[in-house]
Amino acid sequence: MARFILHRLGHSLLLLFLVSLIGYTILHLAPGGPLSQYALSPGMTQAELNQIAERMGLNRPIPIQYLDWFTSFLVGDWGESFRDGRPVLSVISGHLFATVLLVVSSSVISIGLGTLVGVLGATRRYSAWDYIATVGAMIALSIPTFWFGLVAIYVFSLQLDWFPSGNMYSIGDESFLDYAHHLVMPSVVLALVSVAIWSRYMRSAMLDVIGQDFVRTARAKGLTGQRVLYRHVVRNALIPMITLAGIQLPMLLSGALVTETVFTWPGIGRLFLDSLGYNDYPVIMGVLMFTAIFVLLGNLIADILVATVDPRVRLE
Amino acid sequence: MTKVLTVEDLTISFGTGDSELTVVHKVNFTLEAGKTLALVGESGSGKSVTSLGIMRLLSPSQSRVQGKIVLHSDEDIDLLSLSESRMRRLRGDRIAMIFQEPLTSLNPVYTIGDQIIEAIRSHRRMSKRNARQRAIELIDQVGIPDAEHRLGTYPHELSGGMRQRIMIAIALALEPDILIADEPTTALDVTVQAQILELLNRLQEETGMAMLFITHDFGVVADIADRTIVMYAGEMVEEGSTETVLERPLMPYTSGLMRAVPKLETAGLKEGDLESIEGFVPHPDNRPTGCSFHPRCTHALAGTCDVPPVPIEDAGDGHLVRCKRWKTLQEAAE
Repeated sequence: MARFILHRLGHSLLLLFLVSLIGYTILHLAPGGPLSQYALSPGMTQAELNQIAERMGLNRPIPIQYLDWFTSFLVGDWGESFRDGRPVLSVISGHLFATVLLVVSSSVISIGLGTLVGVLGATRRYSAWDYIATVGAMIALSIPTFWFGLVAIYVFSLQLDWFPSGNMYSIGDESFLDYAHHLVMPSVVLALVSVAIWSRYMRSAMLDVIGQDFVRTARAKGLTGQRVLYRHVVRNALIPMITLAGIQLPMLLSGALVTETVFTWPGIGRLFLDSLGYNDYPVIMGVLMFTAIFVLLGNLIADILVATVDPRVRLE
Repeated sequence: MTKVLTVEDLTISFGTGDSELTVVHKVNFTLEAGKTLALVGESGSGKSVTSLGIMRLLSPSQSRVQGKIVLHSDEDIDLLSLSESRMRRLRGDRIAMIFQEPLTSLNPVYTIGDQIIEAIRSHRRMSKRNARQRAIELIDQVGIPDAEHRLGTYPHELSGGMRQRIMIAIALALEPDILIADEPTTALDVTVQAQILELLNRLQEETGMAMLFITHDFGVVADIADRTIVMYAGEMVEEGSTETVLERPLMPYTSGLMRAVPKLETAGLKEGDLESIEGFVPHPDNRPTGCSFHPRCTHALAGTCDVPPVPIEDAGDGHLVRCKRWKTLQEAAE
């Protein structure tokens, strides 16, 4: 186990290096750049621009800049924001809570609801319920998140006035209920696609397991239908779902980017978009690396979890 | 002799309306305490479906089971008229079953101890400790050494033969009156097969349970069965004591099946020593009229064998045969 984790961490480090290299390259290939902001200021001269570039270290060759950035990144110095000079790590951690809140609550919704829909679909295969769930999942998968978010705002905020249209809390309130009230719409919107995917996978995993010989054994033992379903079928069907959860994590994070923008949610997704607008290279790279670490860690945890619930899997 | 189960006119069909297919047709037999009845036939002859029908493990929405299956315990209970919850209480308790695929018949994520204890505790109020003790006894009883240590192992850590022994331990956990064994040795290699048969014989002597043994292998039948029923295309075509059926088969299908078993004496000799029966078991929606076997039978006579009905006849001493020509064929043989 320890060897497996070390091995995987080694792999992850290599992947992080590649992610950073590709990210950095693409960032510098894009037109514009941090200096374009300053260039717009009235009365700005080329000499002054050069001075700023030198101060920010932008006048050096890009490979040198990259190496400088990467070596400091490795020792935990992720640089300072071009925008306000704050350390990148503290900028990210300032937005972290909002994103974690959103991603966790929407994961709970998608895993809970998706599992339920999938189990019901499999146990009542070809029933009216199963068809509704199937068609519903197709529709949910086809709706773009941003559009669904806008429609939700229009219907539930503007017309019905049930939920706030954006932000994480009301200024001056900030109670638990206030947070929860603000959280409902963005987390449901973000969960929609995942619920659809999760329920389809769960349904087919259930059907795979229901046909297995050991389920027949469980019934032949005289167990109750409930016990066969939960202890034998669902338990085994959930194993591949853990891996799926790991794979879904990046999708959830990119979904959060859109959702946070639509609902003016002060999370990392919005930070990323804002930073792109400002060509705030250190923050963009920081968010990129942070997300990559998050995803790699999520997958590692998923693999370890699979090994702990499935005795056949040994990590080596 | 104590009857423990009577099956009367058991008929099983799948599908509904026009697409309904009858795969088991009017099967009759009784199981007696301490005795083994073998159901023999090719794939598709309806023997496994018969056993699943008795256990009521066929999906009620996709199948129809008619006839009577009477369990003779303190009172006579017709299994087919029981509610699912009452049937569940009998399943695994009074009637237990083991299957053909020991490798996949145990749940991979639970220890074998868990799986034996689960069977016990779903039928008896018993503390975990006592159930654990009982599980150790059972593992010991099915001939696995170091029983206490085995409780914590997972199925994938055991060989096929060991897993089948565990399946037997689970089946025996509640001392059932009846054990249904659906080709329990088919997936095992020959030495292990012999060990399992020996084990089943021994356990039957110890517990006095009745066994319904499903197989396609006459070698196995000779080892284990007191009585034998040969099935073809969902019908019983011959029944009798195992000795009679094996030594004096009356139905051409039975003798054909027996000639298809490789024997040591003829091993490595010239081609043609091992016979096969031409053709396949008919699909249930395309059953020949008259005797179901006549298109494949070398003794078939047009105008006789293809004319229904073909009743099952008593050839003496409870030796039953479904063949219109059995008398003629027997005389010709003598």
